[in-house]
Amino acid sequence: MIMSTENATKTTIKGGEFLIKESHAAEIFIPEEWTEEQLMIADTCTNFLAQHVNPNLVRIDEQEEGLMDDLMTKAGELGLLGISVPEEYGGFGKDFKTSMLVTERLGAGHSFSVAFAAHTGIGTLPILYYGNEEQKSKYIPKLASGEWKGAYCLTEPSAGSDANSGKTKAKLTEDGKHYLLNGQKMWITNAGFADVFTVFAKIDDDANLSAFIVEKGFEGLSLNAEEHKMGIKGSSTRQVFFNDCKVPVENLLSERQNGFKIAVNILNLGRIKLGGGTIGASKEVISQTVKYANEREQFGRPISKYGAIRYKIAEQAIKTFASESAIYRASQSMEEATDTLIAGGMDPIKAKLKGTEQFAIEAAIIKVHGSETLDYVVDEGVQVYGGMGYSAEAPMDRAYRDSRINRIFEGTNEINRMLTVDMMLKRAMKGELDLMGPAQQVANELVSIPDFGGTDDTLFAKEKKYIANFKKAILMAAGGAVQKLMMNLAKEQEVLMNLADMLIELYVSESLQLRVEKLVSMKGEDACKEYIDIMRVYINDAAENIFKSGKEALNAFAEGDERRMMMMGLKRFTKTEDLNTTEARRNIAAKIIAANKYCY
Amino acid sequence: MKILVCISQVPDTTAKIAFSDNNTTFNTQGVTFIINPYDEWYALVRALELKESGPATAVHLVTVGKADAEPVIRKALALGGDEAIRIDADSNDPYSIAANIADYAKAHNYDLVLCGKESIDYNNGSVGAMVAELLDMNFLGFASKIDVAGTTVTVKREIDGGEETDACELPLVISCQKGVAEARIPNMRGIMAARTKPLTVVAGAAVAAVSSITGYEMPPAKSGVKMISADNMDELVKLLHSEAKVI
Repeated sequence: MIMSTENATKTTIKGGEFLIKESHAAEIFIPEEWTEEQLMIADTCTNFLAQHVNPNLVRIDEQEEGLMDDLMTKAGELGLLGISVPEEYGGFGKDFKTSMLVTERLGAGHSFSVAFAAHTGIGTLPILYYGNEEQKSKYIPKLASGEWKGAYCLTEPSAGSDANSGKTKAKLTEDGKHYLLNGQKMWITNAGFADVFTVFAKIDDDANLSAFIVEKGFEGLSLNAEEHKMGIKGSSTRQVFFNDCKVPVENLLSERQNGFKIAVNILNLGRIKLGGGTIGASKEVISQTVKYANEREQFGRPISKYGAIRYKIAEQAIKTFASESAIYRASQSMEEATDTLIAGGMDPIKAKLKGTEQFAIEAAIIKVHGSETLDYVVDEGVQVYGGMGYSAEAPMDRAYRDSRINRIFEGTNEINRMLTVDMMLKRAMKGELDLMGPAQQVANELVSIPDFGGTDDTLFAKEKKYIANFKKAILMAAGGAVQKLMMNLAKEQEVLMNLADMLIELYVSESLQLRVEKLVSMKGEDACKEYIDIMRVYINDAAENIFKSGKEALNAFAEGDERRMMMMGLKRFTKTEDLNTTEARRNIAAKIIAANKYCY
Repeated sequence: MKILVCISQVPDTTAKIAFSDNNTTFNTQGVTFIINPYDEWYALVRALELKESGPATAVHLVTVGKADAEPVIRKALALGGDEAIRIDADSNDPYSIAANIADYAKAHNYDLVLCGKESIDYNNGSVGAMVAELLDMNFLGFASKIDVAGTTVTVKREIDGGEETDACELPLVISCQKGVAEARIPNMRGIMAARTKPLTVVAGAAVAAVSSITGYEMPPAKSGVKMISADNMDELVKLLHSEAKVI
């Protein structure tokens, strides 16, 4: 296999190590490397949306009886619900990147994409990853084929982000044959048509949640009416009630009190997948935006000829392309970490969970960046459509409303930002991530004579230096925050948000730079002019964003000479050379406008 | 019954069409190719249905093209079909394409040859009839429904203002259009199976082209749409009369 020879020469970067180590372009996966088979699978997804979903968007949003269930069944018939399910359980055993590609393509399917993601992710994976052989063979083949639909019941009225505080209880019956579940779950996606629910509840007075597989037909399970929502109106969202709901003891998933771990691990996967979905939606909205801009004429010219509009189209594409670069880089990292663990003798499913957990920081970053990119893209989409953007007749209305939930579910973006920093620091404290050494080096650099040396003039030399400097800026700010705030840092959420924003910009900038570098090595510089522009504009803006976040953080915790010194360091580490971003954005937009669709 | 389905690769319907070499060559740079929809949605899917429902024992796919046509023929294999043949020749002359297909088909005893009513790039619509002539088979064009019972094939054809029903004995060549079958989407099983299905490359027959394309011209650019207010019928009539000159 090519894999092993590649691994032999690879400098493996562990999760979170992007902050302290350099990655190489040749080592990352970029979407320009899809195989013919993967592209065929992607086309099947696009054709499925075109044939079955797009013509029915209004009926889907009206929740026409049975329609979503039927669409999911159709997707199952095509095999789309079993992409990453092992073949022995009726799936196709495809790798993580392929399942991400499917999620991306179907991400343009509005409410359908939510039903799909919930079913294949939180609806199927808890049983696949934590179920025993009997549970897996009973439920997984039916979920993979679409004969049964899945849902996941974690959130409660008073337990959202603080999931472990749920009040739903489970009690063993006297004969020891059943658990009786009592409680209420809310915001349950797919609840209206699901056949199988993974339900989290505490057994007796346990401190931690346990998980149960509950079938629709079990006595004591009932559903509330559909929620009325701002967007994803076609997605079934209901409350689920458990009133002495009788669950056979053999339907306890994994071990008692292991539920929170299940929930967290499944969410790691859900987060990166959500990022993939937002990319698919962003690309579709950009295509719709540019089509409209090319058709709509004002003052005698299509509005795509105007700079103000071109700026928006370029910016939509820059953010989307950057986000996509990070998503597939992280997907590959997870896959490689998993493969390494399997090669070391670990059970494949355990290895998958460990490999994913290893890159939980990157997954949280991607969730935030992808969802905020889509929100930007739909917002500017509405703006380019102008009055029509505000009309329910045009596609932007639905796109705008449907986007918003992505910043809320799978952990709010605020929770994910805090997790990003928290996980980074915890790993450092456990000795898994050597932040202290590099942070000390940066501290030393601050008090030494600055390096005024320029870069060589090779392509990417500048950007590589900027990225190396971004790392220094973050190490400086985070190191200072830890030192000054100590145990109080966890309470200083504004500082955590600042640090998370810096980390997000770093990971995305670096992924984008590496992707464009690899692309140039594949296609040559001349064929990649606009890609180079995308990279330069993104990194230019990232430097400013990192500076702003860093400044806010430093001002929050540092004082006097120390603050002045760190502020000087921050300026030095976020300094970039002048760049004509206006011209670069015009070039980026021109290619999309000529293609009349998203083309990067 | 052995069926041969003719597959042509054509530019994606959203591709930007451009010409080079002083408008004598179609510029394929940056163009995505797809299976000709008439070949895919109608001819191929109907062939698959005939195999699934019994009458057909084998469905083979054939394309005339160079190696760059292979992704498209593999995509067709992902939809279904037992094996594919690529005749290694490069031509947009309908006669030489037909002669190449007929040359291969003659040696392999097909009972039914299906193709689209035309390819959506050059729109000649003549390959099917030429194949029939070269194979000395009967030909029915523009079929909108095909049924097979034993060796008798019943075909509905659209004719001016209505429909006719024909019956014809095998062997036969039929060109297909809308109505023959419903478009299918390749499923995961098909996509994964496509990799292992045989794709045989055979040398092109020594056939001289009888025609060549000497030049292309783009249609005149479409003028913009004029929106006339619904309560301004006089203006609409005036413009239809004096500007569009249609009334």
